[in-house]
Amino acid sequence: MSDVVEKTLSALPSLLSLDSQPGAGKLSSTSKLGSLIRNITELTSKHEEEKLIKRELAALKEQVSSPNTTMKQMREAMVRAIYCEMLGYEASFTYIHAIKLAQQGTVLEKRVGYLAVSLFLNESHDLLLLLVNTVLKDLQSSNLIEVCMALTVVSQVFPKDMIPAILPVVEEKLTHPKEIIRRKAVLALYKFYLIAPNQVQHIHAKFRKALCDKDPGVMTASLHIYLQLIKESPDMYKELTGSFVTILKQVVGGKLPIDFNYHSVPAPWLQIQLLRILGLLGREDQSTSELMYDVLDESLRRAEMNHNITYAILYECVKAIYSIYPKSELCEKAAKCIGNFVLSPKINLKYLGLKALTYVVQQDANLALQHQMTIIECLDHPDLIIKKETLELLFRITNTQNVTVIVEKMLGFLKLSNDDYTIVDLVGKVAELAEKYAPDNEWFIQTMNEVFSFGGDMMQPDIPNSFLRLLAEGCESAEESRQLRLYAVDSYLAVLQKDSAHLPQRFLQIISWVLGEYSHLKEGLDVQEVRQLLMKLLDRKGVTTETRCWVLSSLMKLCEGPGADEMAQELVERWGSSLDPLLRQQAQELLCLSLDKDLRTRTLPLATTWDGLEVDSSLSFLDGFVAEALAAGAAPYKPPHQRQQEQCQEKALSLEPYGLSLPVSLSSCSLTDRQSPTLLSMSSGQSGNSTEPSNKAGSSKLNLEGVKRVWGKEGYLPHREVPEESAPVEEASSAVQSSSQQGGASDKSSMAHTEPVEQDKEKQQLASSLFVGLGSHNATSLMGKSETPSQRFRRKPRTQVSTSSSVTSEKSDSSHSSRSTVDSFLYGSLLEEEPVLPQPNTSHTPRVTTANGSSETKTQSFIPTNGTFEGEEAEEEEEEPTQTENDITSVTAHRTKQGSLIMNSDMVIVQPTMWSDQPKDWSQDDSGDLLSSGSDTHMETSPLLLLPADLRDLPHSNINTLAADQSLLLSSCHVYRDDALVLVIFLSNSGETPIQEIAVQLNCEQLEVASLRGNVIDTLDGLGTSVCRYTLVMDGAHTQVEMTGTVSYQAGPGHTQTLPFSSKLSLADFIRPLVITTEEYGKLWLSFSHDVKQNLKLLKGDRDPLVTTLDALKETLQLHIVDIIGSEGIVACRLLQGAPCLLHCRIHGDSLAVWLRSSLPGLPDCVLYYCQKALLEH
Amino acid sequence: MIKAILIFNNHGKPRLIRFYQYFAEDMQQQIIRETFHLVSKRDDNVCNFLEGGSLIGGSDYKLIYRHYATLYFVFCVDSSESELGILDLIQVFVETLDKCFENVCELDLIFHMDKGGLSAAPARAVSAVKNMNLPEIPRNINIGDINIKVPSLSPF
Repeated sequence: MSDVVEKTLSALPSLLSLDSQPGAGKLSSTSKLGSLIRNITELTSKHEEEKLIKRELAALKEQVSSPNTTMKQMREAMVRAIYCEMLGYEASFTYIHAIKLAQQGTVLEKRVGYLAVSLFLNESHDLLLLLVNTVLKDLQSSNLIEVCMALTVVSQVFPKDMIPAILPVVEEKLTHPKEIIRRKAVLALYKFYLIAPNQVQHIHAKFRKALCDKDPGVMTASLHIYLQLIKESPDMYKELTGSFVTILKQVVGGKLPIDFNYHSVPAPWLQIQLLRILGLLGREDQSTSELMYDVLDESLRRAEMNHNITYAILYECVKAIYSIYPKSELCEKAAKCIGNFVLSPKINLKYLGLKALTYVVQQDANLALQHQMTIIECLDHPDLIIKKETLELLFRITNTQNVTVIVEKMLGFLKLSNDDYTIVDLVGKVAELAEKYAPDNEWFIQTMNEVFSFGGDMMQPDIPNSFLRLLAEGCESAEESRQLRLYAVDSYLAVLQKDSAHLPQRFLQIISWVLGEYSHLKEGLDVQEVRQLLMKLLDRKGVTTETRCWVLSSLMKLCEGPGADEMAQELVERWGSSLDPLLRQQAQELLCLSLDKDLRTRTLPLATTWDGLEVDSSLSFLDGFVAEALAAGAAPYKPPHQRQQEQCQEKALSLEPYGLSLPVSLSSCSLTDRQSPTLLSMSSGQSGNSTEPSNKAGSSKLNLEGVKRVWGKEGYLPHREVPEESAPVEEASSAVQSSSQQGGASDKSSMAHTEPVEQDKEKQQLASSLFVGLGSHNATSLMGKSETPSQRFRRKPRTQVSTSSSVTSEKSDSSHSSRSTVDSFLYGSLLEEEPVLPQPNTSHTPRVTTANGSSETKTQSFIPTNGTFEGEEAEEEEEEPTQTENDITSVTAHRTKQGSLIMNSDMVIVQPTMWSDQPKDWSQDDSGDLLSSGSDTHMETSPLLLLPADLRDLPHSNINTLAADQSLLLSSCHVYRDDALVLVIFLSNSGETPIQEIAVQLNCEQLEVASLRGNVIDTLDGLGTSVCRYTLVMDGAHTQVEMTGTVSYQAGPGHTQTLPFSSKLSLADFIRPLVITTEEYGKLWLSFSHDVKQNLKLLKGDRDPLVTTLDALKETLQLHIVDIIGSEGIVACRLLQGAPCLLHCRIHGDSLAVWLRSSLPGLPDCVLYYCQKALLEH
Repeated sequence: MIKAILIFNNHGKPRLIRFYQYFAEDMQQQIIRETFHLVSKRDDNVCNFLEGGSLIGGSDYKLIYRHYATLYFVFCVDSSESELGILDLIQVFVETLDKCFENVCELDLIFHMDKGGLSAAPARAVSAVKNMNLPEIPRNINIGDINIKVPSLSPF
């Protein structure tokens, strides 16, 4: 690039002398833009520039608003306006003229107009509305260039509520004879899919056509869509695997035209895209993976190491190979590739090599072992990014034996780095490792101190919270917990006595809490001294109010003994008149408590235990108060989102004139700030008055029956990872011994030492300390599950749910949840009023299915064992009729009857032996299969029969797989209850070993989520399945909502894993029939204000078209046909128990004119959308 | 997906900026400043990837950059892009500019904004290189025999 510099220098004189020769490097002096640029470069100060641009803008304004300006002049003016905007000066008066230019100009002027529009306007700009007609006209133009420009601008700036207006035309372009148009159309649809997925879902079949397009460009464009689709739901596209493999084979084989080559590699970016898709498709799916082994092998072979871009392909190949179901030969080759990357002198390749290693190290730790010396070198690499990546790798291979070295390295890195993002990230990792693998108290406290002082106030708040909880709950042995607390007190006293001015607030809060709570443990410590230190903290500048509250409340705990009264007096004088109400309150409380000793010992007892605490998170103790207030005329409580929703008047566009359009998705107007109530976990840190990180243990006892929409318990339960201390491990090196003492542990530590290389001693030592504990045992299990680290802060072993109740009550904290499991279990069984008989689990009654499926009897067998139920197994049998498909009203009646039973749910744990005998066609008997999408795939062995008894005869959907990893399979089923959608989640243990401590957490912004039962499970036996369920309630109208969640569990002791899942729910899941008479319908109709009209497709059948169409709608959506009079039909439905939606249908020519009305804004649009979809699919 | 393309010189003065996601003006400036701050303190012999700029979207995003003489070419992408692939794309981009201007230099970017919508529409330059109308597109590029749109520079 040195000639670039030369060129710059040689160009300078001519430019400075404003020489205006024609030629490539010269500026045309005639254009106004040219002179503008030149004038600006001559200026010396920002001020002059401002003046110049102001003058320029004024001239522009005059020019564009003058009626005499020709289009050509306008074009020129537009370019100058763009330049001014680019320099940061507003030229908003030209926006409208840009649109005009795009509307009226010739091709070149149009181009400038569109360009200006795409640069000036963003998706939320109001003026864009004026562009719709222009774009529509250009899209239908016969001029290729105009169509291209229109498609480009559509994909650049069109917001989602304008998509329906142009969608049909864009769709049409998919069949255009010219490939560039087809390609642009595909890409425009891709953009639509990204911003409004449900508006293009009806054209998925056409994407398939694009994938098979004869032009490789169009095919490549469609891959972007597929990558996105497959990322979201890989199961739906498995059958395309063959096509992708064929395409990749052709590309790799050089079948594409030569101009797709880049450095003689055929279409490298295309290959990368395909490899990613294959990796996603083959994940944990052996049969699909087998299809692609050949082509992956071929790609690996073809991509010889010779150019940057081939490395990119190799890297994607390696990632794909390790993502799919493993095949040993391929993995070997891939491992070799990774080796080459890591060892490469090129820094970029090294980086990618490390990334790849990080990716595979959990499957194959030996690979890290092979490259240990390189990794060590990377640790000292001058490039921070490489270092960070190495630490990430080390983080993945941490165990009890190498934790001290790794954490030390991380802390060392923390000292050097100064950007917030890295610090927050790393601090979280250190805290996690310290809690998981700490070798002893001293190290743990010291490390956490470092974490708190580095992390400062940026780190995630759950780190200090869980640290305090750990201290508070203590460990297995009382002595151990006492030691830990004592050590913490010691170290914090030392910290405070030193210069503590720079300590972050969070750390100060922790220190003051610990001192308040546990300083009495230290014998011979003068309380006065602690008080002095804390008081000093209180008076220091730069301490926030929140910290002061913490300090005050710990002083409250310390006001005992000599000097307490004076201190209280002093504090009240100092803070009792503080401007901050919180501080004032704290001070007053302090005064009261110091005067009343009895009260003090009752509210703040020494050495609080956590076992007895119960939190009524439903706030039922306030019921009386609420009732009183309501009786006195107070308005009932509305959650904030509801209040806002009522305020928010919808601003939807009516796009009717455009005919064929789809309804506007209103989700943009939906409120996003609504917090799921389940997120309101009570964190101790924030409040100040209550320093107790309480409510953890007792919560699992909460009786949620009969309580709707309460603060769910899952808000904090998943964080129950508070480890408790096990018997002390003497030193790290004895871990082998200790792990073997723990029975099933297969930790072999010696492996790392077996490869002595001739390197310098120090590095080898480091290596052996880093890689200790990784080794041969991993080779036996590719999934890397066998590691059972011996841990210091380990949870107490789960209390076996035994028949002896005394044991249960003795074991305090950890037994709560197990007890509740038993309770619910028994409870559920009793309620079903079935005899619980001990029976051998091999006997079960096979299901009887009648051929026509209209009415059938199934006999289901359950063997609810808890694994620890002393081996006793019980079987329930049950017979029940299912409804006929067409009789929706009777379904409703039936369901209402069942509704009361709903809360008596329970967990059912089923012994896997049952599954093999399960009839395979379980899904077809599903009388209530109302789910709109027919494309869902089912799990082969999914136990629909596992549905809790009270839900079994409600209409429900098929069972879909939500997520899976090596040990846990999640699947879900929707049960359509009248007042809510019940989401039943099945957790299946796909391994042999029991999984501990499963906690499910579910979030959805737009829905009200309430957990019923089973979202916390103690133990799930090998191959067992457990059921948990949620009720979901939709208040506002959304065509589609996304819910996300996580399952955290322990596959081995202390090995907490999380499995995220997500799923989409459509409005159709929440629509229920509304049974009313024609008169009621008439009254309701008049009272509603939100309406939408639209023409829909009319279905032809052997009967009356209106009846056929309405029946089809009823079949797909849960609607109630109120009446059909001549060519008009009235239909009603409602959103769960809430807002009704009325449909008035009339035959109008060849189509069905539908008029929808509802009290809820947006609901008509959404319902219309699903009607449209149902009819299109029919 | 490419989220933004930033080209600035050794002093952090922006020369060609294009965001594919809407940001307000001052946010854009902040992103440019932060990016420059991150990129400029790196040596030439370290890797071309950066992670975790906090402004454009957190952990999912990467900065991939190249430094040529006086200019930094920075692409901000999400995890769906291949790192080395983008690195090569920058190379292609620069080679294409080089072709247009016969030895491209920073001054070309300043003084030739009337050419083919370069400075006026960085989008065009980039989309031309990727031969696309969206951040992601078929990239049938052949350097030997360019079938892309940039070289046909017509003044407005």
